[in-house]
Amino acid sequence: MTDVRDSMVPLPQEPPPAPPRSGNAKVWLRRNLFRSPVDTAITLVFGAISLWLVYKTINFVFVTGRWDVIRANLRLLVIGRFPDAHVLRLVVTVIVLAGWTGLLAGIIRARQVISGRVAPQADRFSIRRVGDLAERLWIPAATVLLLLLLSSTAGPWVTAVAAVLAAIVGRALGPFIGRLKLNAVARIALIVALAAVPPALFFYIVTAVGFDGWGGFMLNLFLAVCAIILCFPLGVLLALGRRSSLPLVRIVSTAYIELVRGAPLFVLLLLANVALRFFVPDSLAPSTSTRAIIVFTLFTAAYMAEIIRGGLQSVPRGQIEAAKALGLSPARQTALVVLPQALRNVIPAQIGQLISLFKDTTLAGLAMGLFELLNVSGSITAQDAFVGQGLLGETLAFAALLFWAVSYTMSRESQRLEKRLGVGVR
Amino acid sequence: MTAALSTRVPLWRDIRVLKWLAQLVVVAIVAAILIWLWGNYTTNASRQNIPTNFNFLDNPASFQITGNSLSQNAPVRQALYEGFLNTLRISVAGVLAATVLGTLIGIARLSKNWIVNKMATVYVEAVRNIPLALFLVAGLVVVVLQIFPPITDAWDVAGMLVVSNRGVAVPWYVGSGYGLIVLGAVAGAVWWAVAQWRRSVSERTGELPRSGLWGGAAFVIVFLAVWFLLGYRVTTPEVVGRATDGGMRVDPSFFALFFALVIYTASHIAEIVRGSIQAVDRGQGEAADAVALSGFQKMWYVILPQAFRIAIPPIGNQYLNLIKNSSLGAAIGYYDLTLVSQTTVGNGSPAVPVFALTMAIYISISLVTSVFVNIANRRMALVER
Repeated sequence: MTDVRDSMVPLPQEPPPAPPRSGNAKVWLRRNLFRSPVDTAITLVFGAISLWLVYKTINFVFVTGRWDVIRANLRLLVIGRFPDAHVLRLVVTVIVLAGWTGLLAGIIRARQVISGRVAPQADRFSIRRVGDLAERLWIPAATVLLLLLLSSTAGPWVTAVAAVLAAIVGRALGPFIGRLKLNAVARIALIVALAAVPPALFFYIVTAVGFDGWGGFMLNLFLAVCAIILCFPLGVLLALGRRSSLPLVRIVSTAYIELVRGAPLFVLLLLANVALRFFVPDSLAPSTSTRAIIVFTLFTAAYMAEIIRGGLQSVPRGQIEAAKALGLSPARQTALVVLPQALRNVIPAQIGQLISLFKDTTLAGLAMGLFELLNVSGSITAQDAFVGQGLLGETLAFAALLFWAVSYTMSRESQRLEKRLGVGVR
Repeated sequence: MTAALSTRVPLWRDIRVLKWLAQLVVVAIVAAILIWLWGNYTTNASRQNIPTNFNFLDNPASFQITGNSLSQNAPVRQALYEGFLNTLRISVAGVLAATVLGTLIGIARLSKNWIVNKMATVYVEAVRNIPLALFLVAGLVVVVLQIFPPITDAWDVAGMLVVSNRGVAVPWYVGSGYGLIVLGAVAGAVWWAVAQWRRSVSERTGELPRSGLWGGAAFVIVFLAVWFLLGYRVTTPEVVGRATDGGMRVDPSFFALFFALVIYTASHIAEIVRGSIQAVDRGQGEAADAVALSGFQKMWYVILPQAFRIAIPPIGNQYLNLIKNSSLGAAIGYYDLTLVSQTTVGNGSPAVPVFALTMAIYISISLVTSVFVNIANRRMALVER
């Protein structure tokens, strides 16, 4: 009975599409706001509440909020106490990174066209694609624009314009590089060169400023990106270990994952702050930022392992059997057949983990006193010019906006990717 | 014999030998790392004369826990226990409130009413993407210290709540707390027994069981009867001079932590509830419509029971997150397990044993919670078929 129904009617699992808004406004109102007396009452009550909230918000943003505290401390909030003499290095980094991202996007798109995964006409310039891009990126763009409007110097404007231009140039050049017919050596050289760009930029900054001069929102972003990249190899190893047929390996991996997942991150950070120096020789004693990265990496690796384990379980058995039938060694079965599919399946979950890690970087400020955005937001209200005026609401709202813009954009992109990868749809 | 020997796989290609070798290598590496860490720890600790044992547990704590009568001379052991109880308090309160709020918002996200739907969506999308620590600091500094009035003109909500920047005072019982737990357990047992009896009556006679109604009524009757017999009563708070009298004063730090944990976790639970409701076969809702159940009945008897079956594992995860996140209370001065450990380390207890103990307690709480979640999950799953 059930089988018959299932095979005949593909059940839509999404809610029915909302009634069209065009058409009669009166019909729309009746359908969406005044269905029944109860519904009318609910509409009136919640309408009043939401109007009050909207009024309060607008009032706070445009009338009562004292945003001069943000304006005066914008630089602290965004890059912390980064030394003046080396800000140029940051500017170069931002521009190069933008160009690099554009170039990478161009190359990948060209490869996709060549391999036939994307129709060539989809790559042409069109109004629709520009609109699509604007729809995807308007939130971060608006946030950056707000930051620029709050800044009192021309430097950030120049940087932003140069970065956008670099991204466009990179995206335009990418396809030419992607279409080149390269032999194996040249291809590997190209990949290595592209992969070397972010670490090179990192060392470009670190050689001048060191690692402890970082601060503000930049530090939050950096901690999250660093930890998510560093935790990846460990996460893969732990996931493979937990599914291994070797009992001792399995026990070790499972114990690590479960113990770390049972402990609060905040306590781990506190522990690392006071006790990590006991566990290494004095010569290796890590700085505060390094301690934070170590904890974030070890902590996230356990969660990453669980995500990847889910991906490993989603690879159909037939794939492994086929790999065996081809005579691949166990290591090659895993590296060439199972892992690529498993990792592809869990990209959205990994982005989710990145978002959560990104939000958790604020704990480094609370537990270790790192000068990240939340910490800056608190301490600038204690400056002579602003102390005791109850400005924490303003600075926290600003910090919340930055965190929200980045996390929300990432989660939207992850949803988009989920649809495109067709995860869960087989 | 010789032929058999010659066809045998050589030792270095025997898969069983290789497997054991691989395991030994892994265990050796892990053991080497652990031994190295332990060696460093003992050398560093002995060089700085820091004890590595747990004798500090009997030293006097020499600090006062806010809102607690524990004396300063009480041993660290007892202070940690009080901190553990505070962690349990905020966790239980937070889990209950976040579940209710999260479920309501999750349902509101599917509402056909445009305003309710949009408000819930904005709430979820805003709160989910902002760090919990921000809510925590905002809850303490902005809400309690800036928005709440001074005690002299505190808000009196219907004579039940007194809200001021010294915290929120709520109605509370007077009497033994342990007695109340026993009373709750007894009344709960009566509820269960009456519900069972009603179900068996319904099986025999075919009348409606109404086990929830009967059981609930029995619970209330037993609870109230014993409540008055044992001389329990409720006091409501009121402002007397510059303090509140009666009821229970909830500390600003507890309030802020509770506020932040509930707001934040509810947004995650709301998404889980929404996803689970959408995952319930649409035919179920249509069937409920077809037998003319009201909107509430359709939700309560048909959709939610099935949705919660799907939602239990992820919601259990959120409970675990909430319990672990409650450690953040230490940052705003709530004396939970974490802050007690931090303070006792500041007072000279050795850091590594203290935090090892703290971690072990948190991990035990997590494990016990996940055992309960698994039991709930299994019970719900059994209902299926």
